[in-house]
Amino acid sequence: MTETTTPISQPHVEEPVSNVGQLSQLTLMRMRFSRNKLAMIGLVGLVIMYFLSFFGPFLAPNEYTNQNADYIFGIPTKFTFTGSDGKFGFYFHPVISELDSVSFKFIHKVDTSVTIPVKFFAKGDPITLLGFINTDIHLIGADAPYRIYPVGTDSIGRDILARSFVGGQISMTVGLLGVAMSLILGSILGTASGYWMGIADDIIQRAIEVIQSFPTIPLWAALAAALPPISQDFTVIHRYFLITVVLSFVGWTGLARQLRAKVMAYRSADFCQAAIAAGASDARIIFVHMLPNAASHIIVTAALAIPGMILGETSLSFLGLGITPPAVSWGSLLRDAQQVSVIVRAPWLLLPGGLVVMAVLFFSLVGDGIRDAVDPYSI
Amino acid sequence: MFNYILRRLGYMAVTLIIVAILGYAIIELPPGSYVEVEIQRLRNLGGNLSQTEIDAMYHRYGLDKPVYERFFIWISGFVRGDFGEAFAYNMDVGDLIWGRLGLTLMFTVGALIFTWVVAITVGVYSATHRYTIPDYILTVLQFIGLSVPNFLLALLLMVFAQDVFKMQVGGLFSSEFEKAPWSFARVLDLLNHLWIPIIVIGASGTAWLSRVMRANLLDVLNMQYVQTARAKGLHENTVIWKHAFRNAIHPLIMVLGGSLPGLISGETIVALVLNLPTAGPLYFNALIAKDMYLAGTFLIFLAIALLIGNLLADILLAWVDPRIRYE
Repeated sequence: MTETTTPISQPHVEEPVSNVGQLSQLTLMRMRFSRNKLAMIGLVGLVIMYFLSFFGPFLAPNEYTNQNADYIFGIPTKFTFTGSDGKFGFYFHPVISELDSVSFKFIHKVDTSVTIPVKFFAKGDPITLLGFINTDIHLIGADAPYRIYPVGTDSIGRDILARSFVGGQISMTVGLLGVAMSLILGSILGTASGYWMGIADDIIQRAIEVIQSFPTIPLWAALAAALPPISQDFTVIHRYFLITVVLSFVGWTGLARQLRAKVMAYRSADFCQAAIAAGASDARIIFVHMLPNAASHIIVTAALAIPGMILGETSLSFLGLGITPPAVSWGSLLRDAQQVSVIVRAPWLLLPGGLVVMAVLFFSLVGDGIRDAVDPYSI
Repeated sequence: MFNYILRRLGYMAVTLIIVAILGYAIIELPPGSYVEVEIQRLRNLGGNLSQTEIDAMYHRYGLDKPVYERFFIWISGFVRGDFGEAFAYNMDVGDLIWGRLGLTLMFTVGALIFTWVVAITVGVYSATHRYTIPDYILTVLQFIGLSVPNFLLALLLMVFAQDVFKMQVGGLFSSEFEKAPWSFARVLDLLNHLWIPIIVIGASGTAWLSRVMRANLLDVLNMQYVQTARAKGLHENTVIWKHAFRNAIHPLIMVLGGSLPGLISGETIVALVLNLPTAGPLYFNALIAKDMYLAGTFLIFLAIALLIGNLLADILLAWVDPRIRYE
């Protein structure tokens, strides 16, 4: 090939990969995924959000359960870059809170005449990171008696930023765990249903029909209402785990349906007929011949199911039936923002809602990207 | 076709029986019963109950019988239109739910119509204006619409309506019309209260359905008969609406039945936020109070509504698309 035959640029055809035949399917999928800008945005966004959730206690200036009775519905701290001496640096204005003698509500005013330096890696409330690192160092802080609340406080003076970060630990993992569980359940039942057919198929299909004939949130709510309240022997961890079980109780049905159709199609395909003729066992046919073929399909279904699960957990917790105090999730945080009067007074209470929207959006973008990437041989 | 409907009705009856059993099992699942909640409440008030009083309460609500017996009493009553007693209200479940279920269905159907009208318009527009700026804006809106939990959207719209338009939001009527007799002004007030719930309930469905509509129409627009229609010199509107659109609408009708659960789900939680007197708030309160006959009846009626909706969607599909033959 000479240089004169350089292909004319074609806007809609992606540049062909010359060594397609030598690359594994996984590599091809990865390449295709990384070319999808929206999916990459979603992926980067998710990585950042997980980082914020798990290192949130360190990033936020306060511990998330720490109450400040003098700073109820406190306004966000106002930062400034010029100190009182006119020098450049990171400073903030303190807030003066006084009880209004007419409405008996705390009135918060920013005192712009005073600037206080923001300290980095400052000592503050003791926290535990990732469950095992105990420290009292926070990314930002201030000398006592001043405290920094970057987005404000709730009805009993807790730091909304810290609570939103910590809430992500539950909200951003409950979907993954729920999907993993429905994946296991759906794979087993869907494959069994499609492979053996007959009476097992009938029972499983009827069960799916019945479960799908309930509206999801009321059904989830009914199941979640059956969970015992948090106590000594029923801890937050138990409840969290059982909530994921509740979510996957509905989630498996969609996957089982699709997998059943796939398995039925594979059964009559030549490669399965050949395996049967060669005397392969059922287990070998299922695990070596069928499931690897359906793997991409299973992954796509799983990825696209995560947003629904996150929304489900948020809704349940918002209703008071999902994650309940002392545990925090975005849904349970939004319970504080149920009245218009409260939202108007403290709009920062909606921050967890914004995070839910972002998490769901990023997961959807990644899910779409995976769906487009799983068939690397097209174009 | 007639045979098909008959067979579907038969299947539906079987499904309903299992739905009833499962629904009852779910309602029985919570540890403790309404009586225990009530005893706790009375004790908190300071009264100490004797064992005979407790036994009397169990007997009063029929909770001293074994589970299967209670189920049969309940289900045989259900068929006759007697759904048991709503403990917390001291009323028959039947008296309590009809109005609320009716309102729930009204909101759901309203949201369904809203969803379809908007989704089809938006979907056709963005398919025919692909890769233009409005199409990109619509795509962003669709993604956001899919990502916002509907209770959050309800809260935001409520704040917006109250703060910007100084509207009274929540409930079905403004306070001055609450007890007023029907009049033109009252109907207007009602309509004024309906649009927020309907938009909120329909939002995510609209976002999703308009994506589907766009993709379908784009597929169809590549077909040769569309090219032929254009080559014949037909007006672009005729090409789109008569030749392409009719063939792109079928997948939407196919998912019609599947979109109903989401709408009903959304309605129940949005009603709670917007304080609408529909099934949702009553249902969730019943769950928390373990008022099981009330919750169970609701759950089963919602399931029945969905099953009927699915059947209607399938019949509609056969009617719209003569190529589909049910045997």
